[in-house]
Amino acid sequence: MYRSNVLVCGGTGCTSSNSLKIVDRLKEQIKENGLENEVNVITTGCFGLCALGPIMVVYPEGSFYSMVKEEDIPEIVEEHLLKGRIVTRLLYQETVENDKIKSLNKTAFYAKQKRVALRNCGVIDPEKIDDYIAQDGYAALGKVLTEMTPEQVIQTILDSGLRGRGGAGFPTGLKWKFAAANDADQKYVCCNADEGDPGAFMDRSVLEGDPHSVIEAMAIAGYAIGATKGRVYVRAEYPIAVKRLQIAIDQAREYGLLGKDIFGSGFDFDLELRLGAGAFVCGEETALMTSIEGKRGEPRPRPPFPAVKGLYQKPTILNNVETYANIAQIILNGPEWFASMGTEKSKGTKVFALGGKINHTGLVEIPMGTTLREIVFEIGGGIPNGRKFKAAQTGGPSGGCIPEEHLDIPIDYDNLLAIGSMMGSGGLIVMDDTTCMVDIAKFFLEFTVDESCGKCTPCRIGTKRLLEMLEKITTGMGSLEMIDEMEELCYFIKANSLCGLGQTAPNPVLSTLRYFRDEYIAHVVDKKCPAGVCKDLLEYNIVKDSCYGCGMCAKKCPVAAISVTDYTAPGKKKPAYEIDHGKCIKCGACMETCKFKAITKS
Amino acid sequence: MKSLAELQAIRDKARANVALRKENPNAARVLVGMATCGIAAGARPVLNAFVEEIAKRGLSDDIVVTQTGCIGICQYEPVVEIEVPGEEKVTYVKMSPERVAKVVNDHLVNKNVVTEFTIGAYTE
Repeated sequence: MYRSNVLVCGGTGCTSSNSLKIVDRLKEQIKENGLENEVNVITTGCFGLCALGPIMVVYPEGSFYSMVKEEDIPEIVEEHLLKGRIVTRLLYQETVENDKIKSLNKTAFYAKQKRVALRNCGVIDPEKIDDYIAQDGYAALGKVLTEMTPEQVIQTILDSGLRGRGGAGFPTGLKWKFAAANDADQKYVCCNADEGDPGAFMDRSVLEGDPHSVIEAMAIAGYAIGATKGRVYVRAEYPIAVKRLQIAIDQAREYGLLGKDIFGSGFDFDLELRLGAGAFVCGEETALMTSIEGKRGEPRPRPPFPAVKGLYQKPTILNNVETYANIAQIILNGPEWFASMGTEKSKGTKVFALGGKINHTGLVEIPMGTTLREIVFEIGGGIPNGRKFKAAQTGGPSGGCIPEEHLDIPIDYDNLLAIGSMMGSGGLIVMDDTTCMVDIAKFFLEFTVDESCGKCTPCRIGTKRLLEMLEKITTGMGSLEMIDEMEELCYFIKANSLCGLGQTAPNPVLSTLRYFRDEYIAHVVDKKCPAGVCKDLLEYNIVKDSCYGCGMCAKKCPVAAISVTDYTAPGKKKPAYEIDHGKCIKCGACMETCKFKAITKS
Repeated sequence: MKSLAELQAIRDKARANVALRKENPNAARVLVGMATCGIAAGARPVLNAFVEEIAKRGLSDDIVVTQTGCIGICQYEPVVEIEVPGEEKVTYVKMSPERVAKVVNDHLVNKNVVTEFTIGAYTE
């Protein structure tokens, strides 16, 4: 029996800052102090506060150590674990108030969160099925198989109001109902873990931190629709998630929670992993299933919908990782409990991956209906370096930007659509006033042009033409007519593309046009980039009267574009320098070097 | 897995370890003095005895066993303080692993302070 548990984050974020070395060091130090039978070290999934990684939490005290370094370990072991003196100096400083330690749940980052899908992340050891079972794991599967009919399961999910967390927000219960209604000799339950939006890592964190919750939910779904086989399609770029999921599947099989006659109910269900090579289009449901079948990942027209003809032409349901992570909780706590959270049409919670210009980069789970302002300024800790909020981007390459005027809108599926963005899978990228919105639109278009599978013309050629126009605009070769043409092309691509990738690809352009048209106009009429990002529209100049003639900028300039002039400013001892605009590559090195702020950018 | 009872058995066994990782503001707290004086006087076996006894009785959800520093009465170590929410703190002195079961049973389960082990019994 252990008296203390030390939890170290083993999510991708903390692992990349060497948290696994910290685990090794901890174990070694604990052994050295003879505490190995008293203190248990557990590698968990993501705690959410990735910006402060590596993270380590010591229970029962609940002490939250952040940015832990290997060399801090001996002190923590000797002081805290051996003598019971918490090393306050190394704690996350927000948990220390007037020398008193306050609960992590009372800090700004965690106070407004409500963890349902992430309830076990950072609590259990994802590689131990017993830890999951201790948290009521597989009790929902047991309840479903021994007490409920498939119709009751589907009705429960329908009543809860759960909608697909992959982005589009289709009611999950309805999807199951359609698939259950189709008779077939074989049906399939699939899980979409092909998280492809730049900056999104919600699904990865669930798989890394609580893989059994997905397995349990897929078995429940299998019972509900009458399927005995499941497939998880996960991208190979998520090695930790793949490894832990495989361990979890093996353990579940060993316990007989996957396989034949589960809980003596006569219900059989088994799962297999399929690794994706990372193509964005494979997150689209028909392309994903085509890829599982071993073919080239390309979408196909719908109908027939997967509920009728999906994987191997059999009725199939496909849900997202986060959707599954909610299922067991809904079964155990009842649909009313789930429906009590959130807004009228969007129930429950949503996980967001906070990134970009924000202090607390990381993973948050909030009840639907929380405002963007609360997420960015309270939970997220605001914008670094005292800069001003400009916009937040949700939904990745399929979504759009939300400007400051909409910061107070309660976040749910319908509100986000109404303001021209979308929920998406949950990537939330915050931008400050140094971000050029035309450049952002161009960034996402570059992504979709790369990732377009090429099967249908509107997407393959349309997005390429759109990107070309954006490139012209950002290099000063655009015109007002081009903006109108671009808008028309956007609507054409949306209306005519085969799958979700093309249908949503123009969204970043449309939403930036909607809220930041003045920036586009500045690019084409004044040939200026107001945020100072688009290099071709910039000009660096030395204000000669401020120049002390130190020559540092000339030394730093990689292309020797700066030379001395014969003008010496009044009160200065040496002649001023100037920039040859013909040679300048606009790298900005001179401006960073100048101690006298004599170089301007416009 | 053939029955719910089988799952329940695994759950009960695994629960004590995971219970440690939850913050329960209503939990009773057992604070064992683990400064140098406490350790020298044998506080660690006492601490471990509390952990074992509480887990054995399935009370891990409601009672937290934790360490604390020196409270200044080194001659009475090992010192153990017990805080039950809503009640006055009780200080037990000269504790030993043998005394732990009685304190858990009488004080934490049946709410009767074991007066003969408290600091009052030694200082009067």
